[in-house]
Amino acid sequence: MNFIDNPRKLRGFEKHIRVEKVSRRSILKGLGVTGGFVLAAPVMSRQAFAYETGAGKMPHGVVVDPRVFVSVAPDGIVTIVGHRSEMGTGVRTSLPLIVAEEMEADWSRVKVQQAHGDEVKFGNQDTDGSRSTRHYLMPMRQIGASARTMLEQAAAKRWGVPATEVKAVNHEIVHSASGRKLGFGELAADAAKESVPAIEGLKLKNPKDFRYLTKGQIGIVDLHDITTGKARYGADVRLPGMKYAVIARPPVTGGKLVKFEPDDALKIPGVEKVMQVRGWPWPSKFQPLGGVAVIARNTGAAIKGRDALKLVWDDGPNGKYDSVAYRKELEEASRKPGLVLRQEGDADAALKSADKVIVGEYYIPHLAHVSMEPPVAVADVKGDKAEIWAPVQSPGGTREDVAKTLGIPEGNVTVNVTLLGGGFGRKSKCDFALEAALLSKELGAPVKVQWTREDDIHNGFLHTVSVERIEAGLDKSGKVIAWRHRSVAPSIASTFAAGTVHQAPFEIGMGLVDMPFEIANISCENPEAAAHTRIGWFRSVSNIPRAFAVQSMVGEIAQATGRDQKETLLALIGSPRIVKPAVKDLWNYGEPQDSYPIDTARLRKVVELVAEKGEWGRQVPKGHGLGIAVHRSFVSYIATIVEVAVDDKGKLTVPRVDTAIDCGTFVNPERIASQIEGAAIMGLSIAKYGEITFKDGKVQQKNFDDFQVVRIDESPVVTNVYIVPPGPDTPPSGVGEPGVPPFAPALINAIFAATGKRIRSLPIGKQLEA
Amino acid sequence: MPTLTINGRSLSVDAANDTPLLWAIREQLQMTGTKFGCGAGLCGACTVHVNGEAVRSCQTMVGDVAGKKITTIEGLSAKGDHPLQKAWIAEQVPQCGYCQSGQIMQAASLLAKNPNPTKEEVVAHMDGNLCRCMTYSRIQKAIMRAASEMRTASATSSERRPT
Repeated sequence: MNFIDNPRKLRGFEKHIRVEKVSRRSILKGLGVTGGFVLAAPVMSRQAFAYETGAGKMPHGVVVDPRVFVSVAPDGIVTIVGHRSEMGTGVRTSLPLIVAEEMEADWSRVKVQQAHGDEVKFGNQDTDGSRSTRHYLMPMRQIGASARTMLEQAAAKRWGVPATEVKAVNHEIVHSASGRKLGFGELAADAAKESVPAIEGLKLKNPKDFRYLTKGQIGIVDLHDITTGKARYGADVRLPGMKYAVIARPPVTGGKLVKFEPDDALKIPGVEKVMQVRGWPWPSKFQPLGGVAVIARNTGAAIKGRDALKLVWDDGPNGKYDSVAYRKELEEASRKPGLVLRQEGDADAALKSADKVIVGEYYIPHLAHVSMEPPVAVADVKGDKAEIWAPVQSPGGTREDVAKTLGIPEGNVTVNVTLLGGGFGRKSKCDFALEAALLSKELGAPVKVQWTREDDIHNGFLHTVSVERIEAGLDKSGKVIAWRHRSVAPSIASTFAAGTVHQAPFEIGMGLVDMPFEIANISCENPEAAAHTRIGWFRSVSNIPRAFAVQSMVGEIAQATGRDQKETLLALIGSPRIVKPAVKDLWNYGEPQDSYPIDTARLRKVVELVAEKGEWGRQVPKGHGLGIAVHRSFVSYIATIVEVAVDDKGKLTVPRVDTAIDCGTFVNPERIASQIEGAAIMGLSIAKYGEITFKDGKVQQKNFDDFQVVRIDESPVVTNVYIVPPGPDTPPSGVGEPGVPPFAPALINAIFAATGKRIRSLPIGKQLEA
Repeated sequence: MPTLTINGRSLSVDAANDTPLLWAIREQLQMTGTKFGCGAGLCGACTVHVNGEAVRSCQTMVGDVAGKKITTIEGLSAKGDHPLQKAWIAEQVPQCGYCQSGQIMQAASLLAKNPNPTKEEVVAHMDGNLCRCMTYSRIQKAIMRAASEMRTASATSSERRPT
């Protein structure tokens, strides 16, 4: 089996695809130290961090250096670098806010500066995996505390008093004994000369003194710019002499251009040139697919020019990909034994001896990200230097890939990160920036490559397509004694290595082998599935089909035994305990088991909290039903109750959603609520409409008319979010992604309660109309 | 060369009459608050006002709007303090923010005609505007908040009117 040890982090990965558990990090040891106060997390003591995270194992690890992240101007304005990409989670605000909190800066005198892609300087910048707060809460606090300490030392020297007698209070250093005060600005020059204190000796603020963290009263820094149209996204970048490009890409993954006829395109006013774009053979990783670019004076002309191209393609090995036939293949594979990943007890024997066996085959098709901003990038390549402006989730990876693609040193590449008009995993792949770089190099001019919505849907990196088959064996009392789960889905690893047929550790670790139920006989298997299109990370990734299958099965068990869904769920979770990893080297979202174990007490707690606050068991009107689901993902625990209403024509609406999340220590509860509200509706979109299908190797959908997402008229009427208060030193965990997975199964369980119909295949589409 | 009246200014654009207004606004006039989302009138990210009506600028040709009064997000208010813009901030509506100028322009055309919309009227008016971050519940709240503020302001100003 080809294993990827380092999820989402596939830079340089192709070299190691055949080597088990070699992460890119292992070849980068030592590289993090480039002078200054640069530390990689693994060398930090446990005391320094209070808890350990996987941050140090990410490429380039963590940089804890106030001189990199903080500057103080003589007028007192504090500038804090935001080194992660903003795609709607609020991270560009929350990480700098942590620094401001610890250094006692007044937020109204703080400016946030977006970092360009430079991981040696800033540490890892991959904004994905719901990792930013989890990995950076403590480093950002340490950076803020270092800056504060340097300001305090400078003031103490100026006054000739011991540093222990001075204290930072709201943008000033005060010496209360003498009543003297100096503003941060007045101390800026002196503080810069102070040595950076050792992390181990830093004094962090007592959380009870927090002014900003956990309060939820600070709006995101871009609010005003967004509401006035001034916020700058990828497509808003304009350089002098810039050309506008739209590219016709192979309609089938792995296809090649045979010939093209540019004449009609060149007749369109504004079109200047038609040229071929280099493509990489399939599997093409994050590299461009190739095709034909139309270069024009504006995007409208480029689109018209592309429409006028005559193109002949060789569809290649995936030209017969057909979603109807493929689904049958997956279903058949799920009915036969597959590679055994986890085995406890004897599931085969227990299923044979069971009083009752419930079988569910759950299907979720391919999904497209359709961020409101389609992929777009601007590149300016001059000689052996390149500058990129792009909405990328991975600016460091983009820099590496641009350098490699153009054959120039990485130090010659500047990646400027704009705001992202949504990401959802699509913009972790920098193919669009590489296309712009290749075109700019060839044209000798700055170029903007704009993807249309059709391009986004036809040539994306789709969410996988899956059949999850679960067989649950019950004894006479209705207790579950056996659980066999077969997961069949093409792997993301197939986008990087030809011949991949099994899922990677980071996929099977998302709700398959880490399934926490207390059952005596468990078997988790992974039958083979080959990919026929580019598969990529989609918000919540494999947790979507896993939570759908496992939590639907809980509903089916409740249904078969005539018991309450919530009680059935709690019985399956079992006693409050730390679940020992059932497989060797269980992938735990890249986090150490010590800090982030599978804790069923926390899992039970979110179920109980949402049941209490969400009034589980309340009377609902006729045609309404309640459903519940819980899931651990991105090391957070989250439970959702959905109330659904289904009318006589089978039309469904969602009057109310309640969600409880335990994401450990948190920064901004207001943005947690916004992420969970959005995740619920995204879950509803997946459940109601989400489906990309293939015929003759080509995607059959093209825009928002045939790949629909939920609109305001279908949005849940009430969405309540409850956040579990963290215990002392509970490590922070993910927020951006965990909200999506439990929604669909909670909805499906609610639909059963309302109608007696059990949906096992998404999208729901017209299944309720019959 | 068509001349467009945008945000109170008369501007000529070097574009054929059948160029979508969206590209003229964004690329020629460099007002980038109006966004490209689908190019097919399905998402509302490119919403602007033409003579006070919300239209999709990706489906509106330059030649058809010459001489008409066009307003983009940049011209909705002088200081970014339209009641909707303030309400958007108060309710902390945006996540990624990309669709929000279109949402605000769409909402503004409703409130200009109907200062006291019901929730159902808000939903019916807004359901052509997509948000993939799914900020819909806050969009709805912000519109109701802005409507209420506008009614209060207009009541206050009429009270002050000399009798």
